[in-house]
Amino acid sequence: MSIVTVQLGQCGNQIGHEVFNAICSDFHSTHGLCSKKENESYQEACKERFFSEEKTGVPVARAVLVDMEPKVISQTVSMAARSGCWKYDHQSHFCQKQGSGNNWANGYSVHGPRHKDAIMNLVQKEAEKCDRLSGFFTVMSMAGGTGSGMGAFVTQCLRDAFPASFILNQVVWPYGTGEVIVQNYNSVLTLSHLYQSSDALLVHENDAIHKICAQLMNIKQISFRDVNRVIAHQLGSVFQPTHTSESAVRYSRNPLGDLMDSLVPHPEFKMLGLRNIPQMSENSLAYSTFTWPGLIKHLRQMLIAHAKMEEGINWQVRPPLPGLPVSQKCSPSRAPHFNTSVANLAILRGKDVQSVDVGGFRDAALYTSWLNPQDAFNVWKTPRAFNKYEKSAALVSNSQFLLKPLDDIVGKAWNMFASKAYVHQYTKFGIEEEDFLDCFTALEQVLSSYASL
Amino acid sequence: MTQSVMVQVGQCGNQIGCRFWDLALREHAAINQKGIYDEALSSFFRNVDTRTDGDGIDIYKGKICSLKARALLIDMEEGVVNEILQGPLRDVFDSKQLITDVSGSGNNWAVGHKLYGCQYQENIVEKLRRTAEHCDCLQCFFVIHSMGGGTGSGLGTFVLNVLEDEFPEVYRFVTSVYPSGEDDVVTSPYNSVLAMKELNEHADCVLPIENESLFNIVSKIHQMTNSGKLGSTVKQNSLITSSAGGIRTDQAKPFDAMNNIVANLLLNLTSSARFEGSLNMDLNEISMNLVPFPQLHYLVSSLTPLYTLADVNIPSRRLDQMFSDAFSKDHQLIQADPKHSLYLACALLVRGNVQVSDLRRNIERLKPSLQFVSWNQEGWKTGLCSVPPVGHSHSLLALANNTCVKPTFMELKDRFMKLYKKKAHLHHYLHVDGMEQSCFSEAVSSLTDLIEEYNQLDVSKGRPRTDPPRLKIAI
Repeated sequence: MSIVTVQLGQCGNQIGHEVFNAICSDFHSTHGLCSKKENESYQEACKERFFSEEKTGVPVARAVLVDMEPKVISQTVSMAARSGCWKYDHQSHFCQKQGSGNNWANGYSVHGPRHKDAIMNLVQKEAEKCDRLSGFFTVMSMAGGTGSGMGAFVTQCLRDAFPASFILNQVVWPYGTGEVIVQNYNSVLTLSHLYQSSDALLVHENDAIHKICAQLMNIKQISFRDVNRVIAHQLGSVFQPTHTSESAVRYSRNPLGDLMDSLVPHPEFKMLGLRNIPQMSENSLAYSTFTWPGLIKHLRQMLIAHAKMEEGINWQVRPPLPGLPVSQKCSPSRAPHFNTSVANLAILRGKDVQSVDVGGFRDAALYTSWLNPQDAFNVWKTPRAFNKYEKSAALVSNSQFLLKPLDDIVGKAWNMFASKAYVHQYTKFGIEEEDFLDCFTALEQVLSSYASL
Repeated sequence: MTQSVMVQVGQCGNQIGCRFWDLALREHAAINQKGIYDEALSSFFRNVDTRTDGDGIDIYKGKICSLKARALLIDMEEGVVNEILQGPLRDVFDSKQLITDVSGSGNNWAVGHKLYGCQYQENIVEKLRRTAEHCDCLQCFFVIHSMGGGTGSGLGTFVLNVLEDEFPEVYRFVTSVYPSGEDDVVTSPYNSVLAMKELNEHADCVLPIENESLFNIVSKIHQMTNSGKLGSTVKQNSLITSSAGGIRTDQAKPFDAMNNIVANLLLNLTSSARFEGSLNMDLNEISMNLVPFPQLHYLVSSLTPLYTLADVNIPSRRLDQMFSDAFSKDHQLIQADPKHSLYLACALLVRGNVQVSDLRRNIERLKPSLQFVSWNQEGWKTGLCSVPPVGHSHSLLALANNTCVKPTFMELKDRFMKLYKKKAHLHHYLHVDGMEQSCFSEAVSSLTDLIEEYNQLDVSKGRPRTDPPRLKIAI
């Protein structure tokens, strides 16, 4: 089954491009470390998922590019075409002349309705090219105007037009210290709206990825391209084909559906985080070896100690002992020391993957009490190595790890809202103070739900 | 891609405008090697086939035929505009883009605004409409004028009103040159305060400029380049005061160096809208992020570096120095010290080979020494444009919405009151049809209100921060 990617705004288009790059280069990788038959099966599944065939033989990405101003899209499309490896369908993009001005209301209330038909037509065309549609994957940031506002609107339209398909929103959280001054308003408005129409939100925080670039990849002068490449690598490690628990022979045919099944048992809990190890610069890769027990142990500790990368993990944090009263139900502003999960999904790729022991993740102490740990944890595997990493493990988790960051954003936005600063810029385009209040309420609800796990 | 139109009014406005067009051509010539009319060029220029009659047919693609500036030149005396039309830039302007008269406004705001405004209104509207029709997607009007005279100040603000009425959805960015204390025009306080009211009510963003600051920057550069230490190693075309590489080959005019600084300001402001980058910052984003309340739209600007040395290797320390300089009071374009006042918001637009990590490192470094208002502690807006300005490998434009403009406005009000109390020169204004005493009292009251708003914010500066309580959810 295929996934249609919708790239929204500057961030969405820049990341989307890197994602297809990563997938394509993994596709052609000669370090698969598995049998030829396995590799071919993998490549086939990958191709069906992300690319459609064209007469010229160059695979065409199943993507729709949307932006309100033309510079980024034209850059993205031409870079892809120059790679020779893959390209975008030259008709599958929509842009206007003037951007949304970092104004969520402009993106949502003005540009969205105005261009709804044109955009949904493009989406429909891409969907029809698929033999079977698994669902939609949207890529956007929540700080700006187009990705955030227009993205929220498009997600709603997707939900209305394709009620049976899955929608996964990849949302980029901006650096804590300003990329955009009104980023907190835009974030609050985006998240509250997405929560209603999306199936799950997969989050990447610029701050966390920046640290990975600095400390793990040793990049001196980090550019947005470096950040985007790390994000693309992480996404690729989730979306490239794997076998699911049921079938160890055939590749999963419904990646988004399986993801939702595993991770989103309850609609109140939709925020997913992603950790991927190992992550390092190509130069270091040649000199490193890993063992599965080591990787699994690190990943588990990263999960429970709120660590976003494999350096600086706090090994003192332990899951609460069974039988003791749970004093975890504290306020969101004081981050719970220990990260309680709703559900986890481990994705393992590479050599000797069949022998991996993931028992550590089945410990009931990691999870909230209202789910059976057998249901709360799933694992997908493939012997085919990903992107030159002999062994790699990704963990997609639905847990409390976004509690503190979300609380920070809502706090700052509320603080600004109390002084009414910038609100006139939003009311100009039809978003009133009551709309703001509704959004704040919705997110306080989400925070409260996660805090009480 | 969007287009912007320059409206240059009065002597000062037109002189700055002239420098702007020269430097804009220089910038595009440096980047556009193939002579193809591209989207970046179209933001300020039309590509016209001049062989045909009338306006000339716009050519949207292909080779550059003849570039025409998207501009309107307005002056009530002919000297300056005529000079432009006889100079090397004559081909860039269309004779239909001019509105001139012969006798000037006599440094009288009322003559500019009420008399000439009325007289030329239809003409102005028609020419604006025509310029707008040539634009695919008009985003912004840039008005350039001085506040102390008669035409720029009076007629310039009249045009601002017209722009709001005729094109309500198009942004209005105004570059205003404020008079200094020793200004030789006696009535400049009257003209400025009357104009301020219009700016308060009808502009989206105002970039105030003071001649004194421009002069200080020019002197500083002069000193640096002539002191012998750096003289031979400074790249001539990198000086933000230089016209080197532009079209003008004749004797530079006395205000040219100062006007070049303002021209560079406008070029840098629009660079991210014209050229690509990893984090674009369009003009509507500037207005969105830097104007938290409609009245408070005065932005203090600073440009760095002032020049580039010709040596090729520029170590990272120089890059950090560029950021530090942007906040020093010597680099601001008005006599103000933002570092010691309260920031409401700050935008950094970086051009050239600078990456997000450099930007973040410098923000972290400078943040502790700057005071931001309590509800906008992380009030930074950033933009990264990959194309550097001519002669530089990187540059920075900082725009601050800061309470340091308050002293400038207070001094203006004081100078106004000195004259007004004595009713000095008032009759020159009241003679003009449509001008009444109430115009004066309304103008000064508008300025007083503005100063009061800044006062309120300043008062909150030292206070301990109390966050408002969050919404409580019943579980």
